[in-house]
Amino acid sequence: MNILLMGNPNVGKSVIFSRLTGVKVIASNYPGTTVNYTHGFMKLGDEIVEITDVPGTYTLEPTSEAEEVAAQMLDTGDTVINVVDATNLERNLYLTLQLLERKTPVVVALNMWDDTEHRGIHIDLEKLRELLGVPVIPTVAVTAQGIKELVDNIPRAASPDTPVRSSDERWAAVGSITEQVQQITHRHHTWRERLGDASVQPLTGGIMALVVLAGAFTIIRLIGESLINYALNPLFENLWAPVILRLSDLLDGTDFLHDVLIGRIVGGEVDFVESLGLLTTGLYVPFAMVLPYIVSFYLVLGLLEDVGYLPRLAVLMDTIMHRLGLHGYAIIPSMLGLGCNVPAILATRILESKRERFIAATLISIAIPCAASQAMIIGLVGQHGGQYVAIVYGTLFIVWVILGIIINRLTKGLSPELLIEIPPYRWPPWQTVLQKLWMRTYGFLREAIPIILGAVLLINILYVLGVFDAIANFTAPVVSGLWGLPKEAVTAIVIGFLRKDVALGMLAPLSLSANQLVVGSVVLAMFFPCIATFVVLLKELGITSMLKAAGIMIITTLLVGGALNLIMQQVG
Amino acid sequence: MLDRRHVPLSRLEAGQSGKVVEIQGGQGMINRLSALGIRPGKRVTKVSSMFMRGPVTIQVGNAQVAIGFGMAKRILVELG
Repeated sequence: MNILLMGNPNVGKSVIFSRLTGVKVIASNYPGTTVNYTHGFMKLGDEIVEITDVPGTYTLEPTSEAEEVAAQMLDTGDTVINVVDATNLERNLYLTLQLLERKTPVVVALNMWDDTEHRGIHIDLEKLRELLGVPVIPTVAVTAQGIKELVDNIPRAASPDTPVRSSDERWAAVGSITEQVQQITHRHHTWRERLGDASVQPLTGGIMALVVLAGAFTIIRLIGESLINYALNPLFENLWAPVILRLSDLLDGTDFLHDVLIGRIVGGEVDFVESLGLLTTGLYVPFAMVLPYIVSFYLVLGLLEDVGYLPRLAVLMDTIMHRLGLHGYAIIPSMLGLGCNVPAILATRILESKRERFIAATLISIAIPCAASQAMIIGLVGQHGGQYVAIVYGTLFIVWVILGIIINRLTKGLSPELLIEIPPYRWPPWQTVLQKLWMRTYGFLREAIPIILGAVLLINILYVLGVFDAIANFTAPVVSGLWGLPKEAVTAIVIGFLRKDVALGMLAPLSLSANQLVVGSVVLAMFFPCIATFVVLLKELGITSMLKAAGIMIITTLLVGGALNLIMQQVG
Repeated sequence: MLDRRHVPLSRLEAGQSGKVVEIQGGQGMINRLSALGIRPGKRVTKVSSMFMRGPVTIQVGNAQVAIGFGMAKRILVELG
C-alpha cells in the first residue's frame, strides 16, 4: 500500500512525514521546501505501508516542475493524506475537492490547528466531516498532536461520490463549504504580523534586510571562529599533533607510507594545512576548517528558513533579480548555494521556466561559493587581512550580477512574474532547527570526508608519478601568464574538480602573495564545480544546457581571473 | 466596461482594500492566481508595494501573497 501526503505548499507535510515514518526530511517555513518526493515506511496495524512526501501543490493543474511531480504522483497512491492548513481553509479545500474528484480515498489532516484560535477562526469539525464525507483530524505536526489519531483514521479514508466540476463550480462549492463550517471573529493585529508587514514595506523592509543579513553574517563568523579557535584547533594541536609525531617516528624510513599518511614534517612541527597527509590535512581540513562553518552556516540558515524570513527577502530582491532574468524567489536557491551548490541547484525547481532554472543554476555554480570553499577562503585569505576576503566576495558578487545581466540579454524569453505566498512569521520549533542542522552536518560529513580523503590520496599518487609537473608545464601560459599564479597552482585547479576545500588548501604551500591568493581563490571558486555539483547540473539541466553552462564558466573564469590579476597588480 | 472605481492592484495605497473584479490575463495567469485564492469576487487588502515597480503584497483571506508588478497591474479591483 502506498500512502501519499499531499497538500498546498508550506502546510507542514514534511513535518507530518517525519512524524509518521521517523525518516528525517528537511522542513522549513516557506513554500517549496520539498521539490522532490521522499519515501518512507510506517507500520499500520500489521502491515508495513509506504508513505510518500509529495511536493506541495495548490491544484492538480501544475504550474511548476515541483507541482508537476505532485500531479504525476497521484496515480501511484492508494490513499491520500490531504494535509490542510486550518488557517487557510478555503484555499486549501480547492485541492481537497480535486482529490475527491479523482476517486482516491482521502483522509484530511487539518494541520496548524493550534493557530486557528488566536487567529479568531472557529471551524465546525463535525460539519466539515459531514460535508466532505471523509475523516477530518485536527493536527499540530510540530508538537505531534493528533498524529496518532490521524494514523488510526487512515484505514477509514473515504472516497465519497463527488461530481467532476469545472474550476468555477469547484470554487463555488469550496465557498459554500467554508461558509457553513467556518466562523471568523475580528481580532487585532499581533506584533508578529506587524513585523511581517513591516518586512515587505520598502523602507522598513530594506533596513530589516540589512540588519538580518549583517546579523546573520556576524553570527556565522562568530560561531565558526569560536569553534575553530576554542575547540577544534586546540584539539588538533594539543591532542592529535603528538600522536602524529609519534607515528611519524614509527614510520621513519618508509617513504611513501609516511608521505601518504602524514606528509611532510618541517622542523619537528606538524603543519596540518600544508603537509598533505591523510591523517593530517585529510582530517584537519574537513573537521577543523570546514565543519565549524558548516555548523554555523546551517544553524543560521535553518533559523532564517523556519522563522519564514526568506520569502520576504524574495519580495525585496525581486526588482534586482529581474535584471538577471530571474525573479525574487530565485534568492532562495542562491542562499542555499552558500551552503552547498548541490541542494541549491535542486531547489531551482521552484522556479517556473527552464530559462530561469538555467540562469539560476549557472550563476550558482559559477559565482556562489559553498560553505566549504568559504571556510577555506576565510581561513587562508583572512590571514592577510579582512580586506582581501572582501575583495574575493566582492568580485564573486559582481560576477554574479554582471554574468546574470549578460545571460539574461543573450537568452531568449522573458522572466516570469513573482507570485508567492508569504508565510506568517513563526517561532522556529527548536527540535526541527536542531534536527535539520544535524541532517545537514551529517550529510556533509558522510559525503565530503570520503572524497576529501580520496583527493588527498590522489594528490600524493600524482606527485609521485610526476603527473602534476607535466600538467603544470602545459598550462603555465594560462595559470602563470594570465592569472599571475605559480604554474604549480594548476594542481589545485585539477583537485578542485573533486573538492574545492582541499583545492584551496593546496594553495597554502605555494607561498603566494596576498594578491595571488585572492586571484587563486576567485579562480578556484568559479572554475569547474566540484564533481557532485557537476553531476547534479547534468541531471537537472540536461547535457546541452550543462555544456553551455560549462562553456560560460570557462570563459568567465579566464577573463575574470586575468582581469583581477591585472587590477591587483596595478593597485599593488 | 470602464469604471472609475476599478483600479489596478498596483495603484492601490497600502491599507486600502477592495473586491477583485477582473483579471486581464491568459488562462495560465488566471489559474495561477485563482489557485492562491485570488479571483473575481474576492476581497483583498494591499499590504505594501516595493520601489521601482517591485512586487505588490496583498492580504487575501488569512494569507499574504506577493505578486510581481506586471501581474499586479492586470488585476482590477473595485474600491470600498
